[in-house]
Amino acid sequence: MGARDLIQTFSLGELRQGLAVTFRYLFAPKITIMYPEEKTPMSPRFRGLHALRRYPNGEERCIACKLCEAVCPAMAITIESAEREDGSRRTTRYDIDLTKCIFCGFCEEACPVDAIVETHILEYHGEVRGDLYYTKQMLLANGDRYEADIAKAREQDAKFR
Amino acid sequence: MLELEIDGKALQVEEGSTVIDAAHQAGIYIPHFCYHKKLSIAANCRMCLVQVEKAPKPLPACATPVANGMKVFTHSEMAVKAQKGVMEFLLINHPLDCPICDQGGECQLQDLAVGYGGGQSRYQEEKRVVVNKNLGPLINTDMTRCINCTRCVRFTQEIGGRMELGQAFRGDRAEIMPFLGNTVDSELSGNIIDLCPVGALTSKPFRFSARTWELARRQSVSPHDALGSNLIAQVKHDRVYRVLPFENEDINECWLSDKDRFSYEGLNSEERLTRPMIKQGGFWKEVEWNQALDYAAHALRDVAKEHGPAALGSLVSPHATLEEMYLAGKLMRGLGAENIDFRLRQSDFSGARAGAPWLGMRIGELSKLDRVLVVGAFLRKDQPLIAQRLRQAAKRGTQVSIVHATDDDQLMPVFGKLIAAPSQLPERLAQVVKAVAELKGASFDMKVTVSPEAKRIAESLVSGQDVGVLLGNFAQQHARAATLNWLAQQLAELLGCRFGFLGEAANSVGGYVANAIPGAGGLDSGRMLAEPRRAYLVLGADPELDCADGHQALAALNQAASVIVLSPFKSAMALEYADAILPIAPFAETSGTFVSTEGRVQSFQAVNRPLGETRPGWKVLRALGNVLQLDGFDQESSEVVREEILGGNGKPAPMDNLDNAISGVAVDLTAGSGTERVSDVPIYFADPLVRRAPSLQRTRDAAVPTARMNAATLAALGIAAGGRAKVSRGDTPIVLGVELDAAVPDHCVRIAAGHATTVNLGAMTGALKVEPA
Repeated sequence: MGARDLIQTFSLGELRQGLAVTFRYLFAPKITIMYPEEKTPMSPRFRGLHALRRYPNGEERCIACKLCEAVCPAMAITIESAEREDGSRRTTRYDIDLTKCIFCGFCEEACPVDAIVETHILEYHGEVRGDLYYTKQMLLANGDRYEADIAKAREQDAKFR
Repeated sequence: MLELEIDGKALQVEEGSTVIDAAHQAGIYIPHFCYHKKLSIAANCRMCLVQVEKAPKPLPACATPVANGMKVFTHSEMAVKAQKGVMEFLLINHPLDCPICDQGGECQLQDLAVGYGGGQSRYQEEKRVVVNKNLGPLINTDMTRCINCTRCVRFTQEIGGRMELGQAFRGDRAEIMPFLGNTVDSELSGNIIDLCPVGALTSKPFRFSARTWELARRQSVSPHDALGSNLIAQVKHDRVYRVLPFENEDINECWLSDKDRFSYEGLNSEERLTRPMIKQGGFWKEVEWNQALDYAAHALRDVAKEHGPAALGSLVSPHATLEEMYLAGKLMRGLGAENIDFRLRQSDFSGARAGAPWLGMRIGELSKLDRVLVVGAFLRKDQPLIAQRLRQAAKRGTQVSIVHATDDDQLMPVFGKLIAAPSQLPERLAQVVKAVAELKGASFDMKVTVSPEAKRIAESLVSGQDVGVLLGNFAQQHARAATLNWLAQQLAELLGCRFGFLGEAANSVGGYVANAIPGAGGLDSGRMLAEPRRAYLVLGADPELDCADGHQALAALNQAASVIVLSPFKSAMALEYADAILPIAPFAETSGTFVSTEGRVQSFQAVNRPLGETRPGWKVLRALGNVLQLDGFDQESSEVVREEILGGNGKPAPMDNLDNAISGVAVDLTAGSGTERVSDVPIYFADPLVRRAPSLQRTRDAAVPTARMNAATLAALGIAAGGRAKVSRGDTPIVLGVELDAAVPDHCVRIAAGHATTVNLGAMTGALKVEPA
C-alpha cells in the first residue's frame, strides 16, 4: 500500500466519489415511470392481444382463407369455414388459444385483408385457463372496441408496409 | 425408336411420342395446363412452349411430335421468355382472389405463377368478368377464373361420351358453358373438378369447408360398384371431407365415378346411428353395447332353440366387407342355420355354380377386346368406369353389341342391338347363340328363328380376335338369370372367347369367397323372404330397398318375431320392423377387404375413428359370437379374419376359385304377357350409403321414379305422357308420374327399383297392371 492510497483512504475520497454519483442522480430527471399510472410509448407495430376487424359498413373482414392458421408456428389458431347464406366464404369458428400463442405476428402478416391484427393491449388476464381461449365473438368484440386504435397504428405503419 | 436430346440429356422414345411425353419420361418437367395424358391434345394454353433447335419460334411441347435428332431446350432464354409471356397473358384476366378460392393451395396456376411468372403485373386495364353457370348440384363454377384450357370440354366429349360443355364466343370473350339451360349430368362429372387446373370448377359439397393442406390423405377402396376403385379419403378431425381418385391404371385409371366421389356425404348423414338401440315394450331405447349384444344373442338363440335353426335367416349386404360376410356366415352356421345370402337383388338361383361368377378377365383387358356383347346391363349407370373403358375401346374400333331390355343411349358407337321385353331376352340371346352356331358349323338345338340383327351381331362376334361376352346387373337380376347365364356360356364356348359378369356390388365376388351363400339345405335370399323366418339377422342392408322384392322383404321382416339389424344407419323402416339395431362402421371407419369383380383382393384400413359408439362390423359379429359362446370367434384383428378366409391368398392377385360356369339349368325361352316391368336400380339408389348422400340425391339421376313407356304402349293403355298412372301388382296400387321414353320396348313399363315410392310394386320383373289414374 503506497502513500497515495493512504491519503485516498483517510480523506474518504472513494466515498465522496460514490456519493457524488448518488447526489447527481438524485437531482437528475427520472427515467422510471410509475406504471400503471404512467406508461412507456409503444411502437405502432406492437404485438399484443389479437382482434378481428370489420369494414366500416360492419361486415367482418375475415374471409376464411386460413393462411393465418397455416402460418401459425404455435398452432394456436383453429378455423372452420363454410359458405354463408349469401354465398360468401366465412368462418364458422375462429379461435385463438392465447396460452399457445407466441405473439410472433405472423398471422397479421399473412392476412390478405387485414382481418386478424394484434392490438396494443397487453393488460389482460384470465382466472382459469379457458379464459385465455378467445373465440370469434370475443376477437370481433376486441376489434370493435379498439378499432380506432388499430386503424391509427395501421396508418402510422402504412408507409413501411 | 427415335433419339432426341432434351436440355442436353439424350434419350430414346417411341415413335409418335410428343416432346412433353419424352420430357416426362426423362423426368424433366415442362409446365402445362391444357395437356392431360388421358385427353386429346388441344395446345391452346401455350404454357408448354419450348425451344427446339432450328425452329424459328418456340413450339408447344404437347403438340410437337418428336423427330429424330431433335434438340429441345426447356430453360433456354427463348423458352423462359415465352413461358413468362404466356403466364403474363394468362394472369391478365385471372382474378387475384386466391384467398377465397377453393383451389388455393392445390392450384396449378398458382404454382406455375410462382415458378414461371413475373413478380408484378403490368396490366392496368379492367379485367373481364364471366357469369357463373349452373352445372348441377355437384359442381360449382367461378367462370371468371377460367383460363380456357378446355380440359373439361374434352373430358365430357371424350371420356364422358356426351359433350355437355362447350366453348362459346371468341378471343377474350371466349367462355365455357353448358348447352342452354342444361347441367352436367354425366355419372363421371366429378372428374372435371380434378381436371380443372384453376378454381373455375370446384366441388359443391366440399365448398369452402377446408384447405388441402389441412386434410390428411388416406387411401381406401370404393364400397360401391364392383370395380373396386382406389380412392383417397381426405380427413380432418375424424371426418371425411372429400374423396379423390387414387391413380391405378389397372382399375380406375385416374378417374372416379360421382358415386364413389360424393357418397362420403352419407358418412356424415343425420341418419347415422351412434349408440346401440333395442326395442322394449314397443319403445326404442339406447343401451350399452353389452346389453345390446346380450339382447341380440338371446333373441337369436331363443328362436333357434324353440323353432329350430332353420327358423333363422340372414340377409347380408353385398357391399359388406369380406370379413363381415364371413363372420356373419360363421355365426349363422354356429347356430346351426344355413340360411344366409348376400345376393339380395337376385331372383333366380337355379342351376349349379362351379365357383364365384366374376369378370372373366382383368379390368384392363376390357380395353383390348375387339368384339364385345353386353347382355342385360344399364352399363353407364351400373359400372360407369367399365362403360368408360368400353367407350374408349369402341372409339378405337371395337364392335360393341347389346342385348338388353331398354335402348338407352350408351354414349358410344354401338354395332348391333337386340332390344326386347325382359321376358324375351333369353330368346334374343338364344338367337345370337344359334346364329353363331350356324356360322361355326356347330349344332345348337333350340327352336328359335334368327333375326337379321342377331345374325349381324353373330357375324361381328365370329370375326373378332379377342371377344368378350359380358352379363350385366340386369341379366343377373333377371327372373331367368340362370337361362341367360347358360346361354352366354354356350355362346362363349362356341366362340372360344372370354365370358364374364359385371359385378353388381363392391363385394359381389367376395360374398362367394366368404361363403355368405346358403349351404346344403339352406335357403337363398329369395326363399328366405318368400317363406318367412322367425328371426332375421340383417347386415348392412336396407332390405326393403336392397332386395329383389322389397314388398315381400318388408312383409317377412314385419312378421318376424325378432329382427337384429347391424347397420351404420337407422332408417325409418328399420325402426318399424327391427328389434335391435347395432351401429356398425361404414367403409371409412373399419378395416376390411373387398374382392372386386376381376377377383382382385383389396384390403383397406379405416380412414377415421368410428362415430360415437359405432364399432367395426367384424368386431360386433365377433363379440356376438363370443356372447353366444360359439367356437372360432377369437380373432384379434380383421387381418386375422382375412387370413382365415383366404389362407395365403391374401395378396392382391386374382383368386383361383372363380368360375362363371353354370350347369343343370332348365332353359326357358317363353315370352311373358301383359305389361312387363323393366326395372333398373338407378345409380344413386343402389346402396344404403349413396341413398343418404344429399348432393347425389339432388342430381337428375336421383329423380323420383316415374313410369316410362314408349308411345305405342302409352296409346294402347290410353295414358298421356306427362300425366299420372296407377300401377299395381296385386292389391296395392301406387300412383306414378308418366314419361314418354322411346328407349323402352313395346308392352313394357320402366319403373326404377331401390326407391321408397316403388317398394309396393314388389318384384323387379314380371307383369304389372297399369291404368290411367
